[in-house]
Amino acid sequence: MENTKELFSQSGIIITLVLLLIPIIVACFIFINRAKLMLKKLYFNYEKKRFSDKIKMMNAEEVKALEHRVQELSFELSDDELGSSREARDQKGIVDNVNQNSVIRFLDIKKKSQAPHEYNPETVKLIIWYISTATFWLVFGTSVGEYLGIKFTAPDIDHISWLSFGRLRPVHTNAVFWGWCSLAMLGLAYYVVPKVSNNQINSLRLGYATLLLVNGAIVLGSILLMAGINNSGGEYREYIWPVMVIFGTGIILSLYNFYRTVANRKTHEIYVSNWYIISAMMFLLVITVVAYIPNWQNGLGETIIQGYYMHQGVGMWFMLFNLGLMYYFLPQQLNKPIYSYSLGILAFWSQILFYTLIGTHHFIFSSIPWWLQTVAIVGSVGMVIPVVSGTTNFLLTFKGSWKKLTHSYTLPFYLIGIIFYFTGSLQGTAEAFRYTNLLWHFTDFTVAHSHLTMYGIITFMLWAFIYTILPRLTGNEPPQSIVGAHFWLAFLGLLFYTFPLMLGSTLKGLMWMESKPFIEGVAFMAPYWIWRAIGGSLMWISHLLFAYNVYRMAKTEIQFETPTNPVEILKVFNENQTEAIH
Amino acid sequence: MDFFNNHIKLFVAALSLFLCLTFVVAILPALNNQENNAPLPTMTSLSLDEMEGKKLFIANGCVACHTQQVRNVEMDKVWGKRPSTAADYALNKRVDVWRNTATLMGTERTGPDLTDVGNRQPSLEWNLLHLFQPRAVVEQSIMPAYPWLFEEKSTLSAGDIEINVPDKYRNSTQKIVAKKEALQLVAYLQSLKQAELPDGSMPMKFLYERKQKSENTAESSLPDGQQIYVANCQSCHQANGEGLKGAFPALKGSPIVLGDDLELYVNIIMKGYDARAEFAVMPAVGSNNKLSAEEVTALINHERSSWGNSAKKVSKEEIRKIMDLIQTTKQ
Repeated sequence: MENTKELFSQSGIIITLVLLLIPIIVACFIFINRAKLMLKKLYFNYEKKRFSDKIKMMNAEEVKALEHRVQELSFELSDDELGSSREARDQKGIVDNVNQNSVIRFLDIKKKSQAPHEYNPETVKLIIWYISTATFWLVFGTSVGEYLGIKFTAPDIDHISWLSFGRLRPVHTNAVFWGWCSLAMLGLAYYVVPKVSNNQINSLRLGYATLLLVNGAIVLGSILLMAGINNSGGEYREYIWPVMVIFGTGIILSLYNFYRTVANRKTHEIYVSNWYIISAMMFLLVITVVAYIPNWQNGLGETIIQGYYMHQGVGMWFMLFNLGLMYYFLPQQLNKPIYSYSLGILAFWSQILFYTLIGTHHFIFSSIPWWLQTVAIVGSVGMVIPVVSGTTNFLLTFKGSWKKLTHSYTLPFYLIGIIFYFTGSLQGTAEAFRYTNLLWHFTDFTVAHSHLTMYGIITFMLWAFIYTILPRLTGNEPPQSIVGAHFWLAFLGLLFYTFPLMLGSTLKGLMWMESKPFIEGVAFMAPYWIWRAIGGSLMWISHLLFAYNVYRMAKTEIQFETPTNPVEILKVFNENQTEAIH
Repeated sequence: MDFFNNHIKLFVAALSLFLCLTFVVAILPALNNQENNAPLPTMTSLSLDEMEGKKLFIANGCVACHTQQVRNVEMDKVWGKRPSTAADYALNKRVDVWRNTATLMGTERTGPDLTDVGNRQPSLEWNLLHLFQPRAVVEQSIMPAYPWLFEEKSTLSAGDIEINVPDKYRNSTQKIVAKKEALQLVAYLQSLKQAELPDGSMPMKFLYERKQKSENTAESSLPDGQQIYVANCQSCHQANGEGLKGAFPALKGSPIVLGDDLELYVNIIMKGYDARAEFAVMPAVGSNNKLSAEEVTALINHERSSWGNSAKKVSKEEIRKIMDLIQTTKQ
């Protein structure tokens, strides 16, 4: 028991509990409101009874006076004093597009996407290519992930070397990192960068070159990993250098492309989205070069670089890039400017300053220098500044538009992405403390954390952006019921995936601290791994639905639409007339 | 502000800040650690076979689940005699032109740490069978099986090492023989031994020490014998104490376990055993894992009273006397 007491006095544990409590507190808030409503109702009935008791005391005279007054008050005009009974006409065409069919509201009907806008069809085609290939890698990468999750409970499901756990694990992580997230981000940037520069993209051909190179790198990299050829096991740099050269060339071409577009912008200022996007691309190139140059990788050098690389990959590429996209899409979707431009700038610089320092927090208590570990812990705490300023900025932009949430099929994705941005990132801070490293390091807690962030933040945000922009570019809406199913399966799946893993690995960590035999911890995790596989399956099904939605949004519609407005009907009528004359 | 509206100034500023920080927290510390590091005099370089084994270890992504670091915290004491130091990694260098220096430290411990596995589990037979089918020796293991490192043969040729696989885990009646790769991988695992510091000292203390229970002479103060058995013995002698036919002898009904020759019994636990040709060699489990007299007593009492075994319990004093004797004869 002493042990438990000690556990709850640790700041890392307290922070995590508070973060986990946030959704519960929201639920309590709703519950209290309900209870208040019930109390009010009771009070209402009581007052009503008191009043009717009092009214019983009225004498006949008082009743008469009241009746008289009621008659006076009920005077009304006859409604045709100023006009006649002629037919009403809307001569100025003010009332239009009235929906008179009422339907049974089994599923709440959300607002349609804004009307499609004219955009260079060639650029649209390129963006669709990016998003379609990204979706392919999402489905592929998570199918592999799902299979790996099953292997935790059924290790003898296959005995094929190409499909063994150690080889497939990096196939999963790299496919969703470089395939799904990176391609989706680049595709969306091909819309955002020219848009906020009030300009056309510099070169479409470079865009296609990047598309080919990045996709090629992932195909090649995945095959090599399964064949057992990897770059020696450092997480997220498992692709050998020739593969990363292909990938990096793709990034360089698009970076040049975006940079030229920003340089030739038609606006005076550089919108903050472009700060984030261009910087993310520059930083990705820097970390890849640092990670692959052999000159400082002997002995512990490798470990220090690995800590730096894997964390900057997450923070300087995925997070920075997505925040840039968020600064464009959230205001666009809410139809109002971002709450504070300055907070966006503060978040930008503080993110660079603190995030760069935290890499080695993956190696607390290891033999890398103690001062470097301490710097990483301090940097992790510093991350509170960009995270809180970013979250505040987004939520205050939301403020006043909460009603829109219920009527939109995209905004729930935004909201979940923003909430996980807050909880997921601060959970990372809590995990960096020394005590929490004893408890959680080396366990599946890390796996839960990486899914809360890469999935809860990055993937939910990307979905939000794709559902926002694709219908506007192609004019095709996805079926709203399937978008809803996608959202709920992905969200619930993520909770089923992460919560059991976090609980199980906390208890496993305690077992380790009590020096219980190692194999007991393995056996102990079995039920939690089953829950993880169940959550993973829900997530995986949601990706199939998403892929279908992308197909529906991207395909070219060849469908006859019956004209409904008078202009079109008349046009067809006149065409018929002219044909008849000829 | 002009700065914010000038793309060259803005992006150069952001890139410079990032590059400066990169130098300070990554490149310079990495270079510094690489330059000011040397292997301990007690360490040896990997042999050719061990090196090939390391490559197999990398190719199959073993690092996804196995760490190689003993952190300077109490809970990591089970994985090594002392906390790992920079010198332990000094011989870890770039593999070849295609591949970087191996990531050995790892970030996940889904399977046991391997820093000192060469001392903890040196048995060749056990390692081969474990690679062929981990569940044949550790029932609850979730480690992948590596049957492609083995081949089936109808007759053995010279130098072949046959693996004694229980019927449950084989598809045919043919002989299962370790390929060169399996032997190389095991050679690498057996080479993983934590080197002693030249003066035998500790590089640093283990932090977060747990409060030791007060030394009581009472029987109840002995550690949990079953846990010691699970952690040190069970992977060969199995949870039911019956061992594995043709590989590891049964402790259930064993004359040594039940008999009165305590000296031989403790000797086997501490220094290993290779007297019976039909079974694999037993490593010096007790000395390798630094079992104390209390732990050995608890272990013997557990073995003498489990799986239907029923023999007189032994006392801590008897065992300590025998262990002191072993200690002196060793020197």
